[in-house]
Amino acid sequence: MFELLGIPPQALFGQVLLGLINGSFYAMLSLGLAVIFGLLNIINFTHGAQYMMGAFVAWMALNYLGLNYWVALVVSPLIVGATGIVVERFLLKRIAHLDHLYGLLLTFGLALIIQGLFRNSYGSSGLPYQIPPQLAGGHNLGFMFLPNYRGWVVIASLVVCLTTWFMIEKTKLGAYLRAATENPTLTQAFGINVPLLVTLTYGFGVALAALAGVLAAPIYSVNPNMGADLIIVVFAVVVIGGMGSILGSIITGFSLGLVEGLTKVFYPEGAATVIFVIMVLVLLVKPAGLFGRTA
Amino acid sequence: MADITSAEAPAAALGISETSRGTERLHRAIMIGLAVALVIAPFVAYPVFVMKVLCFGLFALAFNLLLGYGGLLSFGHAAYFGMASYVSAYTAKHWGLTPELAILSGTLIAGMLGALFGSLAIRRQGIYFAMITLALAQMVFFFSLQTPRFTGGEDGIQAVPRGKLFGLVSLADDRALYWLVAVIFMGGLLLIYRIIHSPFGEVCKAIRDNEPRAISLGYRANQYKLAVFVLSATLAGLAGATKAIVFQLASLTDVHWSMSGEVVLMTLVGGLGTVFGPIAGALVIVAMQNYLATLGAWVTVIQGCIFVICVLLFREGIVGVIAKAIKRPM
Repeated sequence: MFELLGIPPQALFGQVLLGLINGSFYAMLSLGLAVIFGLLNIINFTHGAQYMMGAFVAWMALNYLGLNYWVALVVSPLIVGATGIVVERFLLKRIAHLDHLYGLLLTFGLALIIQGLFRNSYGSSGLPYQIPPQLAGGHNLGFMFLPNYRGWVVIASLVVCLTTWFMIEKTKLGAYLRAATENPTLTQAFGINVPLLVTLTYGFGVALAALAGVLAAPIYSVNPNMGADLIIVVFAVVVIGGMGSILGSIITGFSLGLVEGLTKVFYPEGAATVIFVIMVLVLLVKPAGLFGRTA
Repeated sequence: MADITSAEAPAAALGISETSRGTERLHRAIMIGLAVALVIAPFVAYPVFVMKVLCFGLFALAFNLLLGYGGLLSFGHAAYFGMASYVSAYTAKHWGLTPELAILSGTLIAGMLGALFGSLAIRRQGIYFAMITLALAQMVFFFSLQTPRFTGGEDGIQAVPRGKLFGLVSLADDRALYWLVAVIFMGGLLLIYRIIHSPFGEVCKAIRDNEPRAISLGYRANQYKLAVFVLSATLAGLAGATKAIVFQLASLTDVHWSMSGEVVLMTLVGGLGTVFGPIAGALVIVAMQNYLATLGAWVTVIQGCIFVICVLLFREGIVGVIAKAIKRPM
C-alpha cells in the first residue's frame, strides 16, 4: 500500500473522516448559534447543554420507552426544542431589553443547572448508545474503511445545514426572519408577529443542537459533560467565521473539523488547540471573522 | 434591542454622583471597617477559610475592574488566575523561591499573558470579546493538561512549600501566613480603588459608557482597554499566585472554565460595577461552597440557579442594593 507523507492512508483518511464528523457538529451548532444570535441578540451558552440533552433524550427514549434511533431523531429535537421555547418565553423574554451580556450570563447559569442535574442522575462516566442496525457495518472503499454510520452523520448534517440555509435564504418564512433580524420594529409594523418568530427561532436553534446530539450519541458516549467543552470550541468557530452569514457558518464548521482531523494525523499534540490557534491568526489578520461584516 | 440606556448596561454606574465628600468619607469608613474586620477575623473564624475568601475576593475585585469599569466581560479570567497559581507553585517548589518572589513571578507571568490575550481580544467587541477570552483561556487549559512536566497534569502541583517570607519569617503557621494574605488583599483593594478614581479610571468609565464619543474626544480607546485588561489580569494573577501558596496546591481546577464562571458569579452576586461588591460576592460564594461541599454536583446546580435568579431579579447585587438604598456609590 502506498503512503502519503509517511502516513498510512488508512490512518490519514480515517482522521479526515473523523474531522468531517466533528466538523458536522461544529457546523450544526454554530449554525444554531448564528440563527439565535441574529434574532435574539444573545449568545446561547446553553447550546452545549441542549446538544447533550438531545443525546440524553434519545438514550432515554431507547432505554425507558423502547423507541429506536429513527424515532429519537424526530422526537428528541421536538422535545428539547419545546424546552427551549419554554426557556425563551419565561426567561429570555424578560431580559430581552437588557444588555446582551445578561443573556450570556443567564444561559450560562442554565447550562450549569442542566449539566448538574444530569450529572446527579446519571454520573459522568458516560452511557453507551448502540448504532442502529440499519447503519451497522461499513464499506471498504479500497483506500479506507468507511463505517456506514459515520458516512450517514456527515451526509445527514450536510442535508440539515443546507436545508436550513435554503429555508432562511429562499423561503418566505426565511425572509420574515431576515427582516426581523435587520429591523424588528419595522417588521412588527408590517403585521408580522415578531415575538412569536423570536420564540420559534430559539426553539429551532435549540432543536438543531438536539439533533446534533442525537447524531452524536452512537459515536461518542452519552455523557452529561459532552456539550460543555464542545461549546467553547464552537464559540471559537463562530469567532473565526463571523455570525453574519449562514453559509459561512456551515463552511467554517466543516473546514475547521477537517483541519482538526489533519492536525491529529500530523501533530497530535496540537489537535486540541489548533482551532484556538486559528482563531488567534484570524483575529490578527481579519478581526471581523472570515465571513463577518464589520459593524 | 439597539436602544440600551446606560442604566441598563451591566457596567453602568448607579446614576449617583461619585465625587461628593460624603461618599469619600463613606468609602474611607468602609476601608477602615474592612481593615478592622481583617484584624479580628483570624481570631473568630478559621484562618484558612478567611484566606480563601480574601484570595477569591481579590480575584473578583480584579475581574470587576475590567467588567465594571472597563465594560469588558472576560469569560476567561481563570487563565490568569490559574497560570499565576502554577507559576507560583512551580517556582516555590522546584526553584525554591521565597514565597514573596514566587507570588511576584506568578503575578508577572499573568500580567504578560494578559497583555498577549488582551491585545487579541480587544480586536472584537461585546459578545465576541467574551467568546474570544473564553476560547483563549481554554487554550491555556489544554496547555496545562498537556504539559505535566510543568503543571503535574491531572495531579497538579501538590505540597507546595509555604517557605519563609524574605527568607526570615516562616509561614508554615496559618496565622503567620494570614497576615501576609491580608496585606496583599488590602494592598490590591487600595490599588484598585485608586485606579478606579484616577483620571485613567475616569477615561475608562467614559469609554465604557460611550466608546465612539470618547474616541472623538481624542482618547485612544484601545490603549485604555488594553491597559485595564492587563491590570485586571495582573491582579487576578496576584490572587491566583497567593492562593497557590495558601493551599499549597495548583491544579487544573484553577484554569478550568468553571473557575472563570465562578468569578463572574461572585461579582454578579456582590454587585457589578460597585467597589466593594466583589468582596461580598466572594464571601457568599466561598461560604456556600464550604457548607454545601458534601452535596457534590448539586453545588453546580445551585450556582446555576443563583446565576439565573441574579440576572432576572437581582441585577444590582448585594452591595448595589445597599448603595441604592443609601443613595451613595459603594
